[in-house]
Amino acid sequence: MIDQPNLNYVNELAGDDVEFRGQFIDIIKNEFPLEKEEYFGHVSNARVKETAEIVHKLKHKFNILGMENSYKLAVVYEMELLEGKHDSQSKFNEILETIEEYIKTI
Amino acid sequence: MNCIIIDDEAMARAIVRQLCSKIPELDVIEEFDNAISAIKFLNQQDIDVIFLDIHMPGFSGVDFVQTLKDPPKIVLTTSDTNFAIAAYEYECIVDYLVKPITQERFEKSIAKISSISSQKPQAKIDSKQDAVEGEDLYINIDRRLIKLKLQDILVIEAKGDYIDVKTEKEEYRVHTTLKKIKEKLPEKLFLQIHRSYLINFTKIIDIEDNSVLIAKNVVPISRSNRPELMRRLNLL
Repeated sequence: MIDQPNLNYVNELAGDDVEFRGQFIDIIKNEFPLEKEEYFGHVSNARVKETAEIVHKLKHKFNILGMENSYKLAVVYEMELLEGKHDSQSKFNEILETIEEYIKTI
Repeated sequence: MNCIIIDDEAMARAIVRQLCSKIPELDVIEEFDNAISAIKFLNQQDIDVIFLDIHMPGFSGVDFVQTLKDPPKIVLTTSDTNFAIAAYEYECIVDYLVKPITQERFEKSIAKISSISSQKPQAKIDSKQDAVEGEDLYINIDRRLIKLKLQDILVIEAKGDYIDVKTEKEEYRVHTTLKKIKEKLPEKLFLQIHRSYLINFTKIIDIEDNSVLIAKNVVPISRSNRPELMRRLNLL
């Protein structure tokens, strides 16, 4: 079961600062699709090191979106990639789809 | 306190900036998405605190810290807790914030910085390399001692039990080690940029990615020697 993304952390950080909240949402809406595309590009071309790098980058977003379990999975997946494995790939891909759907709603 | 933020991710920079905005004594004067740009900035501007992401592509936070000769206080921001022990080997690193950073933890960090007796808030790059003129080195070639002007030496390359000393006109093979000849050469003029290469720092034409061009010699830069090279460059 994939944990659902949320903006709790961002809301707490923003408080009454609507501008920051808006800025944050803009960044994630802009950055996430690009990073997702980059990730799948590296995966399809079997660029393992680059895949691990972008997984590392994406996992921060899981954390910020309150997805603790997904973050833990990404940590494992990143390590797997560096060891030449990819057991967690399909679950990781599911997390990306979940976030993509979520950011359409914010 | 003046501070800068270095993180390759826009989202992470926005978060640290937001955390800083709630602390009146903190003034974020600049943010950077890479360490090289920050080095250039620090060459021009004194600051008190750096919030530094340790995991950045190309030039990492640790590379960056090693580059600074007289660094200000540095707070690392990262999710990789396994870097923590290594980070504290550097006196300038005063705290280690694990992402996602809460306001409460951030405020503790600032309180810690305030309580530490302030060092000279300066991060200068040691960029001025005085030329060493009129100094010579004698090398033993076939029982002849040949005088080389230090200024004429471009590159010295290790070749097993020998070294190749390259000047603009000649190349000499000498039976010695890179370590031994390094001890004879002035640090102001020569720099080891790879375990097999010493270069005359003043003869650099350009630097591209992981290599240095000296006359027609392309010399590799190792990852471990790169920070010292970057520190000594007079970057604009």
